[in-house]
Amino acid sequence: MTELGKPTVVVDELHVEYRTFASGKAASDRRALLKRQRGVRIVHALKGVSFVVREGESIGVIGHNGSGKSTLMRSIAGLHTPSRGAVYASDRPALLGVNAALIGDLTGDKNVVLGGLALGMSPAEIEDRREEIIDFSGIAEFMDIPMKNYSSGMAARLRFSIAISKDHQILLVDEALAVGDKAFRDKSEQRIRDMRAQAGTVFLVSHSMRSILDTCTRVLWIDHGNLKMDGDPAEVVGAYEKSK
Amino acid sequence: MTTTDYAALAREAGLPRVGARPPLVAYFKEMWERRHFATTMARYRIEATLSENRLGLAWVVLNPLLQAAVYGLIFGVIMPSSSRPPNFIPFLVTGFFIFTYFAQSFSQGAKAITGNASLVRSLSFPRMLLPISAVLQQLYQLVPMMIVLVVILVAFGEYPTWEWLLVVPILGLMTMFNLGVAFIAARLTVHLRDVTQIIPLITRILFYLTGIFYSLELVLADRPNLLKIAQLNPVHDYVALVRASMLDGQEHSTVLWVVASVSAVAFLVFGIVFFWKAEERYGHD
Repeated sequence: MTELGKPTVVVDELHVEYRTFASGKAASDRRALLKRQRGVRIVHALKGVSFVVREGESIGVIGHNGSGKSTLMRSIAGLHTPSRGAVYASDRPALLGVNAALIGDLTGDKNVVLGGLALGMSPAEIEDRREEIIDFSGIAEFMDIPMKNYSSGMAARLRFSIAISKDHQILLVDEALAVGDKAFRDKSEQRIRDMRAQAGTVFLVSHSMRSILDTCTRVLWIDHGNLKMDGDPAEVVGAYEKSK
Repeated sequence: MTTTDYAALAREAGLPRVGARPPLVAYFKEMWERRHFATTMARYRIEATLSENRLGLAWVVLNPLLQAAVYGLIFGVIMPSSSRPPNFIPFLVTGFFIFTYFAQSFSQGAKAITGNASLVRSLSFPRMLLPISAVLQQLYQLVPMMIVLVVILVAFGEYPTWEWLLVVPILGLMTMFNLGVAFIAARLTVHLRDVTQIIPLITRILFYLTGIFYSLELVLADRPNLLKIAQLNPVHDYVALVRASMLDGQEHSTVLWVVASVSAVAFLVFGIVFFWKAEERYGHD
């Protein structure tokens, strides 16, 4: 893979630790204001993952539940501070996750506007793209009800449509396509291939090996917080499926 | 696996570190580009909360008005005293409305990050926009309150003068102060959720120290030293300055203006730096 373009994402010896109370509530202060450490557990989610991604690659990320895939995505998006190591990227990566609702109290339509503004579009730009975003989501008739009343599939469609409305150089897709129906999945996968053609870099986390094989040029297998395998899709997916 | 120097590779390719806190100037530039996010969010929030109630927008005014009515009934009618100025109703309502602006900015500002966790986790943008949007929301709600206030004042025989225009710069200073308080509260809440439990208590203490239903100046008239200390409370000074501009028999003083201006700038600057320092930490738990 050396003939590829310039590096767009460099992940350098990335370690991520979560401190959680055993009750499930996140520790609120790492300096432990009250010296009480009762029930605190440290979860070592990533244990030194390193790789380089170059222009025009689309990376599939696979692994069993709890292996650290989502943590890796969140760290690349800059939403999680590494405890050791660092992530470098040519552009601010945009993350699409399943559990990321925008603002549940607001209608879908208003979430489209706010999401666009948060992504850095101007009000005029959003006015232009609004139709396109809503069309792509395919749920135009539900735009006037609050997002908290959406089904998970509807919410995921809308979030995906908002996120891809802006041309990102680096897009991280975390299971977001899994909840959509087949028609929407095909449309989204086409969009991802288009993005890659524009020299964008795409990361796709999925449990659907078909999606991975269809869209990715390289696959990372994360296992218990370590990078177990990194290479050609067919080869890595094959090894992964054999291991089960 | 060979040992590659990934950091050097990234440096060579000119890749910046992800999630690194931008310098303050770049941070402000990015915020300015996304200023519509803060204003639009404030507007939508108001619309969303109001559409759930039958009376809608009326509650923005009704709520503080009814609370002021309770205090008016208890302290104006049931327990009248010499610590209250003669035009008690305008005095009380003005104080209550202005204090509400502070109290709401404080409590909503504190929840700005923790209350929008899913938004913070899914999109990356300068987090300072969230407390700004929370204070803006209160500022928008203050507009109908001020209109109702004018009606009440006129009904109770306080007629508009040019001096009323002073309210604009006073509220400007107060907004700076409220922003600073919201930034500080927002970050503290992220570190320690328990802060939200203490905020109502602090607000209550400030409510009594500010002299909403009595006049600090009258109560402490023969103890000038204690009065000076009481006037160091900026919330009291904003309330007192608005009263001095709009009501008869309430006076401006240099001390009030100095404390109001200095604390506005001090809280804003400290709040910005304090909030920005922890930018990388928001949404990580």
